Amino acid sequence: MFRWERSIPLRGSAAALCNNLSVLQLPARNLTYFGVVHGPSAQLLSAAPEGVPLAQRQLHAKEGAGVSPPLITQVHWCVLPFRVLLVLTSHRGIQMYESNGYTMVYWHALDSGDASPGTWSGRVLVFDIPAKGPNIVLSEELAGHQMPITDIATEPAQGQLWQGIIAAGYGNGQVHLYEATTGNLHVQINAHARAICALDLASEVGKLLSAGEDTFVHIWKLSRNPESGYIEVEHCHGECVADTQLCGARFCDSSGNSFAVTGYDLAEIRRFSSV
Amino acid sequence: MSVRTLPLLFLNLGGEMLYILDQRLRAQNIPGDKARKVLNDIISTMFNRKFMEELFKPQELYSKKALRTVYERLAHASIMKLNQASMDKLYDLMTMAFKYQVLLCPRPKDVLLVTFNHLDTIKGFIRDSPTILQQVDETLRQLTEIYGGLSAGEFQLIRQTLLIFFQDLHIRVSMFLKDKVQNNNGRFVLPVSGPVPWGTEVPGLIRMFNNKGEEVKRIEFKHGGNYVPAPKEGSFELYGDRVLKLGTNMYSVNQPVETHVSGSSKNLASWTQESIAPNPLAKEELNFLARLMGGMEIKKPSGPEPGFRLNLFTTDEEEEQAALTRPEELSYEVINIQATQDQQRSEELARIMGEFEITEQPRLSTSKGDDLLAMMDEL
Repeated sequence: MFRWERSIPLRGSAAALCNNLSVLQLPARNLTYFGVVHGPSAQLLSAAPEGVPLAQRQLHAKEGAGVSPPLITQVHWCVLPFRVLLVLTSHRGIQMYESNGYTMVYWHALDSGDASPGTWSGRVLVFDIPAKGPNIVLSEELAGHQMPITDIATEPAQGQLWQGIIAAGYGNGQVHLYEATTGNLHVQINAHARAICALDLASEVGKLLSAGEDTFVHIWKLSRNPESGYIEVEHCHGECVADTQLCGARFCDSSGNSFAVTGYDLAEIRRFSSV
Repeated sequence: MSVRTLPLLFLNLGGEMLYILDQRLRAQNIPGDKARKVLNDIISTMFNRKFMEELFKPQELYSKKALRTVYERLAHASIMKLNQASMDKLYDLMTMAFKYQVLLCPRPKDVLLVTFNHLDTIKGFIRDSPTILQQVDETLRQLTEIYGGLSAGEFQLIRQTLLIFFQDLHIRVSMFLKDKVQNNNGRFVLPVSGPVPWGTEVPGLIRMFNNKGEEVKRIEFKHGGNYVPAPKEGSFELYGDRVLKLGTNMYSVNQPVETHVSGSSKNLASWTQESIAPNPLAKEELNFLARLMGGMEIKKPSGPEPGFRLNLFTTDEEEEQAALTRPEELSYEVINIQATQDQQRSEELARIMGEFEITEQPRLSTSKGDDLLAMMDEL
């Protein structure tokens, strides 16, 4: 069971994008960072454990070519083995900052016909990131996906994928679980009645969070069948965020005991924690 | 964002405008032939070939203010006039109605069905005019050609582009409040029951497969909603059963439609910034307007056809009151085009833009001697 915790107010409402909430936990400093896209700006805020907001700032997408101010499509903390980068994507390009959002370390302009990496055009951009400094290099582009994908979650890249499972959320409300080594589909969940906008994994316990435009959040427990070794899943919990088309959802701790969501036109981050 | 959004936005908002005008014309007891003339004139201007050509060019969306200017022009394409307060209310109703329809579309592609619903009803308004009917059918054909082949992902992008356009708009509409599709805080009700979109399965089932793709286990779970399968898919042809009700005419003859325009909500903060801060895109938007309205062929009124004023409110006093009490942050700055050197052109522009009394609306400043004004001369 989860209960609704104190919400964190936002300066502007969340935009109707996929995966519109990024969370970075900094347990050593007793802080959590949240990132939400409003439109032409992304809001970064830090909060103390009880959700007490501490600091807020806004980042804007770089202008690049074109007549109107670019709209940001995603903000995300990428936790790499040796550093954390804040990535901002817009249709003009990709910007990378140090994790507190103060220093931009890289900017990659996209051609005007491109979409964000990993979304509508199905292209994935791969960057080589050094341990320190701004020498980031675009190493390759994968044109693997023909169909649009709304989100993919893998475990934060400190270690391996969670027991070799890849989770994908689709525009028709289904969650698919694939075996990473073979690429085989092993689980198909009719999870939501509308497009899925976000997925997140709580790596410590193998819990998966899915949020959809149908106003629901669902939590799933991933496992492997002890005999066959095949991927299995069970439903743990469902939560309805009334009249809110969700656009972002994240676990706020790695044991999956709390999560936060954002919604279109909602000017706050809603938090839930288990009782 | 998608560069194919404008035609859908424009046609659907235009459709809502016609529904509302039709209802007000009847409520105000305007004689049948005058009412028909007004609708015919507006529809024929809207679907004019040159105008449609400009509209369908791939382009980004412009602001709510810029688009409002086009509708204001359109609403005055005939013998009917609207005061500022009524035009404001009309635009409020139009935008909230289409926002509602976009939000509630089961699939992103269904926004095309909503568009077809609007066009189907518009064709009913001009049943007796074969030339205008042809224009509308031509637009329908263009829509099926351009949008018929778009992927689900591209429609999702169009949907997101539309939702960004409508972000933070929470005007309360009495008809929506009464029908319980809108809450008192201006948010729309998103039902968790009813048919799922075409192509989506009813939530509640987990299927597990082995290495050969054979199903080895299935379990059900309680997902919290109350959904049923979709009955059938709406038709995307020129004629057909659209199935979806969104986009059909929800205004009945004698139902007065109020809007409550609430100010002082902190959610309006971002929108306020957009409308009060100097707009660096002003010139771009004026260029866009010039292009679009340049394609509008307004017939000059032939003969002494007396014009009349339509009121979106129940009384003149109410209209005046609405004008006085509209919150600052929700005012649409009217873009006033300055007189140019060409006397006739300036008179025509003045007639187009400023026939009725514009009281205290601030002018959007453009620098003198701009290329833009020269461009307007060429219209």
